[in-house]
Amino acid sequence: MSFRNAPLAVIHDRDKTTLFTPEIREQIDIWIAKYPAEWKQSAVMPALTIVQDANGGWLTPELMNDVAAYLDMPEVSVYEVATFYGMYDLEPQGRHKVCVCNSVSCLLLGSEELIEHVEHKYDVRLGETTADGRFTFKEVECLGACRHAPAVLVDKTYHENLSPQALDKLIDELE
Amino acid sequence: MVPNQNSVCFRNMHLAATTRHTLDAYRSLGGYVQWEKILRERPDPADIIEEIKLSALRGRGGAGFPTGLKWSFMPRNAPGQKYIVCNSDEGEPGTCKDRDILRYNPHQLIEGMAIAGYCIGATVGYNYIRGEFYEPIQRCEEAIREAYAAGLLGKDIQGSGVDFDLYNHLGAGAYICGEETALLESIEGKKGQPRFKPPFPAQFGLYGRPTTINNTESLASIPVILEKGGQWFLAQGRPNNGGPKLFSVTGHVARPDNFEVPLGTPFRDLLELAGGMKDGRALKAVIPGGSSVPVVPGDVMMDVDMDYDSIAKAGSMLGSGAVIVIAEGTCMVKVLHNLSHFYMHESCGQCTPCREGTGWLERVLRRILDGKGRPGDLDLLDSVAGRIGGRTICALGDAAAMPVQSFLKHYRHEFEHLIEHGQSMAA
Repeated sequence: MSFRNAPLAVIHDRDKTTLFTPEIREQIDIWIAKYPAEWKQSAVMPALTIVQDANGGWLTPELMNDVAAYLDMPEVSVYEVATFYGMYDLEPQGRHKVCVCNSVSCLLLGSEELIEHVEHKYDVRLGETTADGRFTFKEVECLGACRHAPAVLVDKTYHENLSPQALDKLIDELE
Repeated sequence: MVPNQNSVCFRNMHLAATTRHTLDAYRSLGGYVQWEKILRERPDPADIIEEIKLSALRGRGGAGFPTGLKWSFMPRNAPGQKYIVCNSDEGEPGTCKDRDILRYNPHQLIEGMAIAGYCIGATVGYNYIRGEFYEPIQRCEEAIREAYAAGLLGKDIQGSGVDFDLYNHLGAGAYICGEETALLESIEGKKGQPRFKPPFPAQFGLYGRPTTINNTESLASIPVILEKGGQWFLAQGRPNNGGPKLFSVTGHVARPDNFEVPLGTPFRDLLELAGGMKDGRALKAVIPGGSSVPVVPGDVMMDVDMDYDSIAKAGSMLGSGAVIVIAEGTCMVKVLHNLSHFYMHESCGQCTPCREGTGWLERVLRRILDGKGRPGDLDLLDSVAGRIGGRTICALGDAAAMPVQSFLKHYRHEFEHLIEHGQSMAA
């Protein structure tokens, strides 16, 4: 909770044109334009997402510092956001992310069987990456796909009504 | 598929699945007629708010607060920027309705947000969509582009002098951002930690400006209420419980799905719509409004009607309309542990009773489930839950406590059995 409601503006002594690539800066700028001019920090979440996607799915301290510099905000505020929200990863990830929903509607329809199956077949525990680096295996909170439970998010695509065999097929198709 | 004359948020579901989300499809059903009428006639916003009050539309996100009343709290004539924010951060376990509005009927939400903005004096709106909703986000982005291109959004829209700009904002995986003030913090680029209230958002909201936050389904209902009238909407449901509502019926049913049915529909009819119980199993329990609300034994639920007041009388809440159906043979200790694990994970960590208490609940339930429960553990659970509820800034604490108290009330014997014998009765 914050009792203050002014932007935490800080000026970093860095040339913004040296941060990221022109394409990434352009994408972040689209977000900045959505908010009041003094509230560039509102773009911190989409900026982190864009930067993470371009970095193989995870954020380094350097990238977080760059986001802070680009948005004129304190570095610690960027770390707070990056550590608070579940979709940011601060460690190297596999080439893909396989995220199993294990909330109640999925649990009732077999999400635990999916998790056990993947753990055994691919020798990977929740939170770990397979030895070949193919995918990182995660348990996530309710994906909002309860009517087609159990659901799994593979990178950016929902897969629903999954049996262990159907999930195998999806995983086997990953590069 | 035949159009259902009484549907509201799903009124376009009979159209072709490949195009029903487009502007043309929405126009074919009378879409944006209400918004263009407002732009043309510039009615007194107070009159529209009266119509919404008459409709008895209650907030569809979970709290059930009357939407018209909420709008009337806004100081709409005060100078300065005001905001309308849509809460599309759907994440209450069991709830999967807003996702379908966002991806199948995004224009109706846009029209609802524009009308809401007009009524409360907001010229800017943000639709906060959870980050995992890749497909719905894409649909909403396309729909906003279409609406701008068609001259339905922007500055001085259709020469009316009315401004309304609308943007999508994306979450990044935090259940707590469904709490409205956490959501505002999140848009401001911070951790999603709820604000202490008062001041309420209508006075001090996004960027410190007057703000109204409504759920996706609530806002998407607005154009139809204006088209058919508040009285029509009210008559679809029951007094004080206007309209049809989306129910996500999930768990052990034959055909889990979203159903838009009148408030007051008997639970047994809703169960029937979902094809009855899966594999002919017997009904054991129902969590009638999303994972945060108290569980109701199946035999009690069979006689309950699905509206805010009837479910409250049965000792639970309609919440988000997520009806989680649990069959006989299910270990209730396991279900409760799953819920408690969720709340532990999603507690924002701000208030000590919730941050620490949700961890205690999860760990004690884990050890009971592992057959290592101790004699006193149930009293401990009761006591910890009682010390969280009502002692936190936001409702997540209560949401973590209520399932524990209700599961212990109705299924205490299962917990006792597991503690005594080290294995589940259901096994």
